Amino acid sequence: MISQFFVLSQRGDNIVFRDYRGDVQKGSTEIFFRKVKFWKEDGEEEAPPVFNVDGVNYFHVKIVGLLFVATTRANVSPSLIMELLQRISRVTKDYLGILSEESLRRNFVLVYELLDEVIDFGYVQTTSTEVLKSYIFNEPIVVDAARVPALGPASLFMQGNKRMPGTAVTKSVVANEPGGRKREEIFVDIIEKISVTFSSSGYILTSEIDGTIQMKSYLTGNPEIKLALNEDVTIGRGGSSAYGYGSSVGSGAVILDDCNFHESVHLDNFDLDRTLSLVPSDGEFSVMNYRMTQEFKPPFRVTALIEEAGALKAEVIIKIRAEFPSSATANTILVQMPLPSYTSRVSFDVEPGAVGQLADFKEANKRLEWSLKKIVGGAEHTLRAKLTFSQETHGNLTKEAGPVSMNFTIPMYNASRLQVKYLQIAKKSKTYNPYRWVRYVTQANSYVARM
Amino acid sequence: MAPPAYQSQRSSSSPSQPSGKSEVSDLRLQLRQLAGSRAPGVDDSKRELYKKVISYMTIGIDVSSVFSEMVMCSATSDIVLKKMCYLYVGNYAKSNPDIALLTINFLQRDCKDQDPMIRGLALRSLCSLRVPNLVEYLVGPLGSGLKDGSSYVRMVAVMGILKLYHISANTCIDADFPATLKHLMLNDPETQVVANCLLALQEIWSGEASSSEEASRERDSLLRKPLIYYFLNRIREFGEFAQCLVLELVAKYVPSDNSEVFDIMNLLEDRLQHANGAVVLATIKVFMQLTLSMTDVHQQVYERIKAPLITLANTGSHEQSYAVLSHLHLLVMRAPMLFSSDYKHFYCHYNEPSYVKKLKLEMLTAVANEDNTYEIVTELCEYVANVDIPIARESIRAVGKIALQQYDVNAIVDRLLQFLEMEKDYVTAETLVLIKDLLRKYPQWSHDCIAVVGSISSNNVQEPKAKAALIWMLGEYAQDVADAPYILESMIENWEEEDSAEVRLHLLTASMKCFFRRPPETQKALGTVLAAGIADFHQDVHDRALMYYRLLQQSPSIAEKVVNPPKQDVSVFADTQSNEIKDRIFDEFNSLSVVYQKPSFMFTDKEHRGPFEFSDELGNLSIGSESANSVVPAQIVDANDKDLLLSTTEKEDSRASSNNGDGYGASLIDASSGPLVAVDTQPAVQAAQASMAIDDLLGLGITAPAPLPPSLKLNAKAVIDPGTFQQKWRQLPVCLTQEIQMTSQGVAALTTPQPLIQHMQGNSIHCIASGGQSPNFKLFFFAQKAEDTSTFLVECVINKSSSKAQIKIKADDQSTSNAFSESFQSVFSKFGMS
Repeated sequence: MISQFFVLSQRGDNIVFRDYRGDVQKGSTEIFFRKVKFWKEDGEEEAPPVFNVDGVNYFHVKIVGLLFVATTRANVSPSLIMELLQRISRVTKDYLGILSEESLRRNFVLVYELLDEVIDFGYVQTTSTEVLKSYIFNEPIVVDAARVPALGPASLFMQGNKRMPGTAVTKSVVANEPGGRKREEIFVDIIEKISVTFSSSGYILTSEIDGTIQMKSYLTGNPEIKLALNEDVTIGRGGSSAYGYGSSVGSGAVILDDCNFHESVHLDNFDLDRTLSLVPSDGEFSVMNYRMTQEFKPPFRVTALIEEAGALKAEVIIKIRAEFPSSATANTILVQMPLPSYTSRVSFDVEPGAVGQLADFKEANKRLEWSLKKIVGGAEHTLRAKLTFSQETHGNLTKEAGPVSMNFTIPMYNASRLQVKYLQIAKKSKTYNPYRWVRYVTQANSYVARM
Repeated sequence: MAPPAYQSQRSSSSPSQPSGKSEVSDLRLQLRQLAGSRAPGVDDSKRELYKKVISYMTIGIDVSSVFSEMVMCSATSDIVLKKMCYLYVGNYAKSNPDIALLTINFLQRDCKDQDPMIRGLALRSLCSLRVPNLVEYLVGPLGSGLKDGSSYVRMVAVMGILKLYHISANTCIDADFPATLKHLMLNDPETQVVANCLLALQEIWSGEASSSEEASRERDSLLRKPLIYYFLNRIREFGEFAQCLVLELVAKYVPSDNSEVFDIMNLLEDRLQHANGAVVLATIKVFMQLTLSMTDVHQQVYERIKAPLITLANTGSHEQSYAVLSHLHLLVMRAPMLFSSDYKHFYCHYNEPSYVKKLKLEMLTAVANEDNTYEIVTELCEYVANVDIPIARESIRAVGKIALQQYDVNAIVDRLLQFLEMEKDYVTAETLVLIKDLLRKYPQWSHDCIAVVGSISSNNVQEPKAKAALIWMLGEYAQDVADAPYILESMIENWEEEDSAEVRLHLLTASMKCFFRRPPETQKALGTVLAAGIADFHQDVHDRALMYYRLLQQSPSIAEKVVNPPKQDVSVFADTQSNEIKDRIFDEFNSLSVVYQKPSFMFTDKEHRGPFEFSDELGNLSIGSESANSVVPAQIVDANDKDLLLSTTEKEDSRASSNNGDGYGASLIDASSGPLVAVDTQPAVQAAQASMAIDDLLGLGITAPAPLPPSLKLNAKAVIDPGTFQQKWRQLPVCLTQEIQMTSQGVAALTTPQPLIQHMQGNSIHCIASGGQSPNFKLFFFAQKAEDTSTFLVECVINKSSSKAQIKIKADDQSTSNAFSESFQSVFSKFGMS
């Protein structure tokens, strides 16, 4: 049960505000914003997603730079409110096509319409985009996607895994296409976030894949859909909770540690032929989330080296090798490495003939940043940097610098080898043949090489 | 401020900036012009104006002055317009009750519209006005709304009734709406209507329970088996969020036997695979609560829920995973052994926010054992070099904590000492504090540590806590650090600049200790520090300096015995949270209590703790022992439950307390490990202990128990604390419910509960809480068997006007509940006879 819901811009302006129960004072938006902006408790600089001020609990999630906030005086389930806030943002995105400060401001009446149906007197009524359709009468004013500022690689994670590649992102579930008729299509995206930690000697310390099969349907009439996964997918590591590797290498089977499914998924045939059947409702949702710690081949090998090179000088060498097939190409790669705090100057030696590479020393936070537009599978790139220090180093340089972290996106590649073998749509008529898009994308979550 | 700006681009009539009054009056004028118009396209112009009004409202400009114009314009069939108007009216009606009356008419008319959408919307707005003197207009539309053919209208109507209850409880009760809701809950085909009924009834009956017996009974009836099964069997038809509501209810249900427990768990098994974290956590709560008394199964539940929880923690946003991780954290803290092989899941990712990292570090610390310590500590050491300073500090503390809980600390000590070589101020500071604690537990490491610590330049140590730790070590190991007297001396020279009283206190003590070991070298410094201390403005510093001075005057050897006696090693540092608090938090699983790591009474007002909270019930009643002459020999029971899951740190605590015999150890903890735990003992227990202590002093015995039927002997000095009572009351099923006729003498004697409490007490049946006012009383009793600690719990509801008492008995050992019931009744019936 919540008392209020509001959305604030990065500057703290109210974009949407709805009071459901009238038991929290009006000034709550300012109280909240001050608290978040000037958070300094427990020696931390970032406010946790839930906190209590004078008996009022404030929940917030950050989505595309906006703050989605709920307040309540009750001792509610924190998960429930977090899910709700995410859900509100997702439903809003389904309707507006794109979620941004501008789209919210231009469509605030529609957003109020949604909020009135999603929550009544603080209790959730429905968060289904489909059900909500019959209650919503305002037409969305679609904001031009091109006007939305490009999101940096870091902001990918501000929104969890919700960002999707391609065109589907910007289409509203209710707005008509310019041509008048809606295009019948369905998108299935297999999005994998991978985390790998390499030791200083290049050995893999931990590796994990967190994947999600995301669906966005624009099919009319809600036909039933069958999704078939690889036949050799197994779930659970045979009851053992050990994190260990190696048990299954070579067998070729895809072993998921665990997974969960969307409400609408039927698993009746899953054990038999690894198919999921569902009637997709409108809008975007995760069909399945999964987690895998089985050993896999990391798409990049990263090695980093720092060594002294005379008085007040050191050299850094970072090498990345793309170990995926040459048919795939990684893009928006960013390699970062914290340097010793007494680093005063850095000169770079980018390999000859490199296109779309940029190396920079961020003075403010003493960080080396190396960005590459593209890396084709199989390629290898090296960066050499000469550091100049303002003081003598004391001993162990490797304790003063690093670790190297890496961000990237690789479309049409997935490390887990989990696949959607086919996507079957129950036919309404012989001529019914909607577009189906099955897309894979792999992103770095925490991709780290230690020094 | 942008929405108006966009509006102005679009509305051709008047480009404007939202500055304030003139804008609003301008709007009013335009609205008034449109009010009577029926020209084509007028609705579009109205829409633009309405949008403007609402955008002003959102950004906080007061547009209540256009209320009547808005209402005048609302005569329209355009549903978008209507919706905006409803939104506006709902926002301002409360502050303008007089004008709100204007809206009643059109809202009531809309409640009878042909379109169910409009009926629903109008009804929702009508109930959202929050104006007390308009409630009479709500009853009619609400009544017909509940019977509406459209489920949408019924959904809205049910919530409307809850709103009505909050505006005027009496109106709601008088119209007998709760009964209608109950009927609807059991019969409506639409699950969201059912869910709304359930939540409305929970709120209404919880609200009424304190004043009405019937409501309290109705509330309890929600937990009856048929109803629970009705919900459970339909759970998949409910929406995700409504499922959470049902699961919350089921978590409070007490099954009659174990096979029922398994049935419920099998039924809900697949909910653990749900993508919605709220559903999964609510399911876990059910599993946890159901299996509390079944140790083996409870442990299996831990194994079962591990994977889903970790999956949830890894998917979704950081905020979602924080909510899940907080719960995982709680479980890990309760049963670290069960998670010791999963430690790699608690490794931090470099891009996680610090609130997530902090939880993970604590979990890593907790699960460290002989097998994984090396790897965990290696990982933690990586974080120490992290650019994120708070996390680096946190990691050092984690390493230290692991060292303190392990036996083989050899390697860890080396690592800690290496931290000092990093020469980062904050790393040095944290490490010093840890080494100090480590030495207090493992003095055998002093040789290695002191060699390194002695070489640290005290100028590099600025944080008071670290400084205090360094000084303590210099005093304690004065004979091992060659320069100790001189380092202390140089610090004493800077006495004036030292802001922290803690540091100054430590300087005094360390100088004394150093003096005892190396008198010639320290004498001068000691004189200086005592003089400075006696002249200090800080009370404690002054007093301590003076005390040392006088002790030394008396005799240096006595002073040494007082200030630096031989001491015992600290085996376990006191836990910061009592077990009672931890259990409380566990009982409130899947709530904010877990995130804040505090039970709800510490951060929430009573009325907001959620429906069905048992402690509310006890809290509303006055605790039996408050009256001075009724003695309840309650004590905090040292739960003998050494079980892994159900009692968390019992063993540690008892070890810690056995250690308290050593006076010096205790004072050390005081001085250097920060504020000691504020143990939150419940007032009742304190009061009871106090009254017992007084009793003992005065030599008053407790009234000898009257003879009971031979089959059952009760312990006259039975003890139970309210927390345990509540927990038991929740877990145990009712064995017996009975109605007892009271004697007329009994009724006459019962003006307040006290005489009855004393009477029962005299027969070894103790009261733990009582309340109510004549003619209705409610009392909770407990009794323990003399031969073992098996306990009986009784709820007794007395209605004097009908001379009847309803009793509910719950028992650890159900086979003896009949015998106990007989004893209880025979004792009870003698009340008022003497």
